[in-house]
Amino acid sequence: MRIALFIACYNDTLFPATGIAVVRVLERLGHTVIFPSAQTCCGQMHYNTGYQAEALPLVRRFVEVFRDSEVVCVPSSSCVAMMREHYEKIALASGDRRLQSDVAALLPRVYEFTELLVHRLGVENVGAVYPHRVVYHASCHSLRSLHVGDLPMRLLGNVRDMEIVPLERVEQCCGFGGTFAVKNAAVSGAMLEEKLQCLKKTLAEICTACDNSCLMHIAGGLHRQGAAMHTRHIAEILACDGSVAEGQRR
Amino acid sequence: MSTVPYREFVDFPTSALLLLQDNQLRGNVRHATDVIQSKRDRVVREMPDWQALRDSGYAIRAHTLDYLDTYLEQFADRCTAAGGHVHWARDAAEANRIVVGLARNATGRVLKIKSMTSEEIGLNDALLAAGIEPIETDLAELIVQLGHDRPSHIVVPALHKSRQQVRELFARTMNLPELGDRPEDLTEAARLYLRHRFLNTPVAVSGANFLIAETGGVCIVESEGNGRMCLTLPRTLISLAGIDKVLPRFRDLEVMLQLLPRSATGERMNPYNSLWTGVHPGDGPQEFHVVLLDNRRTEVLRDQQARETLHCIRCGACQNACPVYRQTGGHAYGSVYAGPIGAILTPQLASMKRGQSLPFASSLCGACYEVCPVKINIPEVLIHLRGRVVSAKPAGGLTLEALAMRAMLWVFLGEARLKMAQRLGRIAQRPFIRASGWIEWLPGMLGGWTQTRDLQPLPRQSFREWFERRPPSGGPE
Repeated sequence: MRIALFIACYNDTLFPATGIAVVRVLERLGHTVIFPSAQTCCGQMHYNTGYQAEALPLVRRFVEVFRDSEVVCVPSSSCVAMMREHYEKIALASGDRRLQSDVAALLPRVYEFTELLVHRLGVENVGAVYPHRVVYHASCHSLRSLHVGDLPMRLLGNVRDMEIVPLERVEQCCGFGGTFAVKNAAVSGAMLEEKLQCLKKTLAEICTACDNSCLMHIAGGLHRQGAAMHTRHIAEILACDGSVAEGQRR
Repeated sequence: MSTVPYREFVDFPTSALLLLQDNQLRGNVRHATDVIQSKRDRVVREMPDWQALRDSGYAIRAHTLDYLDTYLEQFADRCTAAGGHVHWARDAAEANRIVVGLARNATGRVLKIKSMTSEEIGLNDALLAAGIEPIETDLAELIVQLGHDRPSHIVVPALHKSRQQVRELFARTMNLPELGDRPEDLTEAARLYLRHRFLNTPVAVSGANFLIAETGGVCIVESEGNGRMCLTLPRTLISLAGIDKVLPRFRDLEVMLQLLPRSATGERMNPYNSLWTGVHPGDGPQEFHVVLLDNRRTEVLRDQQARETLHCIRCGACQNACPVYRQTGGHAYGSVYAGPIGAILTPQLASMKRGQSLPFASSLCGACYEVCPVKINIPEVLIHLRGRVVSAKPAGGLTLEALAMRAMLWVFLGEARLKMAQRLGRIAQRPFIRASGWIEWLPGMLGGWTQTRDLQPLPRQSFREWFERRPPSGGPE
């Protein structure tokens, strides 16, 4: 299958390793990955911060770039949540009929990375090997917007040599929340502190999730506190096939 | 006139910063919300039709708001026919004037049942100013009143206090130096304190959980029995209700009285469910008034994208589920309506002229929407109100944030611009990268991040650069 990758602006800029991992996994499964280079941002930051007029051109851009894609893979549940929860409303408010029909036609072909693997490609075992103790952080958007349920756990459960440990208060937000993290920095930090306490109790080496945004927040707290735990996007775990030892993030 | 009598409130981040330092309060809030939430989860899980009930709750509330004028007039007609008196209050000042006028009596005091609407309009202050002493009879409201405190939760107003703190307060204010701190010690003290007041006060003021348009009846649910005493003992009863509290039919209670107690206190049914219609000779109050309060609710109704706010049946489940409320407690919201519902209701009740920071006091995690028994999509409304706040900023005074957002948009509207910004970022970050390889301090707006977190710097290569440079065959490198 020809799979178009929407990498998400912050993955592109800050977490290229995630995109590389997505490409490796999909190619290992025999698919072709296309990266339309005109893509930039889904518009979530503008939209959720109250700059809704500014989000519209970004919605248009996303739709134009991916209109003809057979399948779109997005390794970020919050971007997919933005599309599924708001794109139709934004298109409707714009009064642009063409945009409305394009959005309606495109959305069913947009998948978050773990959704794509399990629901579209029918794969639960991607042949990964990861000899580490791992804890899974359920991001709010994957949990409550996309309802990915146990998809990530099913994929992780099939990773060879990996020990997966449960997380206390797994459904509680880590406190990232996009611009919330800087606009309400103190409260966001207090929320993070509670999440870090639960994470540290697991004695896991690696914390994983379907969103690098939460992981950036969690990693920032872990590093500030000198904790030994590291963070990895779920694609980076699934990309490890035992051929190379897990090295640096970049 | 201020819609909510919390005049010292500046903004959410400022009050949150203060409250985050109060470890006792934060511990109390975490403990209490955990207890209520686990009870709520237990009684919700046992309902196979919970989601269908929520859908019904949503449908009833949405329909009611669509025909609010009809149902309000119907309620007023039926209530009047049953011997009640209906008063219409445009705002807080008018409602206070009406209640104070009705409450004047020989003993100079009135009983009160917990009513968040009365807190919204600052009724106690208005009564005191008129020389009438309000006596709060709900245990939590009594604690708040005796402590000259403010409610921090719509169902459990003294949720921020521990049992030991309540013991100290009662020991001091009721002059009971030997008082124990077991729940039964505290409730006994409150009972003795209130009993003779119940028997000797001829007027009571209540709120209302529901008004029934079909019958003209009023419904109040409660746990302590103080409400039942206030609704039956005094000669005069005044019920203050927001115009959003109406339900079309008596049978709608079938849905609401399942949703409300399970969501609010984790009970299958409230211990006391009072329903009355008008007056009845020789039975209960002989004079009954309903004050219907607008106080900008019609303005909320006008905003199609935010009117769901008025679905609220004041169960407080969103407060218990909210990870932000969990950290700060309710006082950070500067309003009687705290937590997620407060973050959308408070600014709207102030015509978006106050509490503009509140819609931003959320990580948009969605836990509130998940537990809301009438399916208010609080995250959606929060985002919509953020848009109203942003667009209300004067065009001349462009904020730094607005400039940053425009710049980001410009960057995102071109592939070459994004690549240039990524390259510039890698250069600009250099002075901030510490020996650890991480960014540990940032200036300005971004400094909020580095208060408690480090930041990984931009890597040498973006994903798009990697992809461009890989072999064109597309196979594994």
